[in-house]
Amino acid sequence: MKQQDPRFKIAHREAWIGVGLAILHFIWWFGFAYGLGSRPVEEYSYIFGLPDWFFYSCVVGFILICITIIVLAKFVLKEVSFEEEDEVK
Amino acid sequence: MSLAVILPMIIFLLIIFFVGYYASQKISASNSFLQEYFLGGRQLGGFVLAMTMVATYGSASSFLGGPGTAYTMGFGWILLAMTQVVTGYFVLLILGKKFAILARRYKAITLIDFLKMRYKSPIVVLLSAASMIIFLFSAMTAQWVGGGRLIESLTGLNYHTALFIFAVSVLVYVTIGGFRAVALTDAVQGGVMVIGTLILLIGVVIAGGGMDNIVQDLLNENPRLVTPFGSDGNLSAAYVSSFWILVGVGVVGLPQMAVRAMSYKNSKSMHRALVIGTIVTGFIMLNMHLIGIFARPVLPGIEIGDKVIPLIALEVLPAWLAGIVLAAPMAAIMSTVDSLLLLVSSSIVKDVYINYVKPEASEKTIKRMSFGVTAILGIIVFLLALNPPELLIFLNLFAFGGLEAAFIWPVVLGLYWSYGNKYGAIASMITGIVSYIAIHYYNQANGNLFGVHTVTIPIVLSFFAFVVFSLLIKRTPYDFEK
Repeated sequence: MKQQDPRFKIAHREAWIGVGLAILHFIWWFGFAYGLGSRPVEEYSYIFGLPDWFFYSCVVGFILICITIIVLAKFVLKEVSFEEEDEVK
Repeated sequence: MSLAVILPMIIFLLIIFFVGYYASQKISASNSFLQEYFLGGRQLGGFVLAMTMVATYGSASSFLGGPGTAYTMGFGWILLAMTQVVTGYFVLLILGKKFAILARRYKAITLIDFLKMRYKSPIVVLLSAASMIIFLFSAMTAQWVGGGRLIESLTGLNYHTALFIFAVSVLVYVTIGGFRAVALTDAVQGGVMVIGTLILLIGVVIAGGGMDNIVQDLLNENPRLVTPFGSDGNLSAAYVSSFWILVGVGVVGLPQMAVRAMSYKNSKSMHRALVIGTIVTGFIMLNMHLIGIFARPVLPGIEIGDKVIPLIALEVLPAWLAGIVLAAPMAAIMSTVDSLLLLVSSSIVKDVYINYVKPEASEKTIKRMSFGVTAILGIIVFLLALNPPELLIFLNLFAFGGLEAAFIWPVVLGLYWSYGNKYGAIASMITGIVSYIAIHYYNQANGNLFGVHTVTIPIVLSFFAFVVFSLLIKRTPYDFEK
């Protein structure tokens, strides 16, 4: 088998980052929603008027995802060329 | 309905026309017609790319149906809707660079071009072209009906006239401008959606006397509205979580999303799209669904979910502002329809006509075909939407989940797993669609199997079908470097 395109290594790594991020996101979302949300309604506290489980799961969760994505795009994801440079195959 | 509501809508449509015309100028200037018309010359920058993904994905259901359900179900439904944030980054990270590189190497213009080069099998091509044409066609018609109904309810015109206005607007810019027009108008429409939802949310919160007040009203009415389990306590954690597959990770398999992942200019625009797309999707979804539930204390007793957003906008905003805000669902519907229309027409022209009917067709013939097919398809959809037949409504039920079940593994494993071959792909597509239809009927009759959404099990089954058949029949590693 021929040498693997080095760009594919980067692409594979970034796809795994996507999978990992989705798993962490799911745990956060699920944990707060059903961890806090399963208590009796009388015990809920309210943050900015929103029930606490919802605030942490969906609002804070969303903000954290945005920050993570910005950090990823700036520092982790690598720039590669999509064009075929080595046409001599 | 007052002129003040209609006027902003008309201005909005005029801007859209102008953008379509601008894009068509670019087409005549470029040399490869097919690549330009169906892919915008692979030159999309980050902002336009993000917006076109958000706008294509956000359809009538995100702006009318979803908030309407939140109105009746409460916070549990917003929890469910927020699973869509994941699409913002997942599609681009998974398909991402590998798809962009391979699509260029294969000179692929459609998703099916990619599958054709990867699996080298006419059966895969015909199977996927057929399922795309059938499912997307019906999905599109359903959206046209939504668009017509929206204009009808806003302007008081009758449904047929309303549908006609809608059809003409979409057809003009899609036919003449192709993908670039669609992407650019999507960007305008995405902007309208962001601003529209923000204005409306603020309006509703003020009308309800602040967030604390609104949530207190909800608690007084039915405390379950504030829990994650829905107004009647029936939203189970398993069911809500299975939406991670339907509207989150499974979206990777939707052809209209995949085709956008081949259209970006370079990795820089992909990274920007990743950031903008995630933020905008989450922002719109959170706002729209909060509006839906906050509308409940402000305007109680709305029976039809789809009417919640139009009614609340007219209630809490001055007429001209309501007109601008209601251009948002209009924009959402138009931007979904335009991409689907182009996708179906590319599938017919590129995947079927050029592949199997007339491979030596000249540039000029292809050009005429592309314009012609796009226009004719639009007209057929219009005629169908005038009086939607039963079959269409039936097919539309399968459109979203059915396509995901059919395409997700042939695309994802085709990209990343070198042992994937055509036998796996064929088995996976058939298993996905057949089991989707079977489980749909089972769930209708007996309640959801394992308590999860219909799409979940077919996606698991089609995964195993892909792996097992790829390994059993003619097992050879695929060389991505060829």
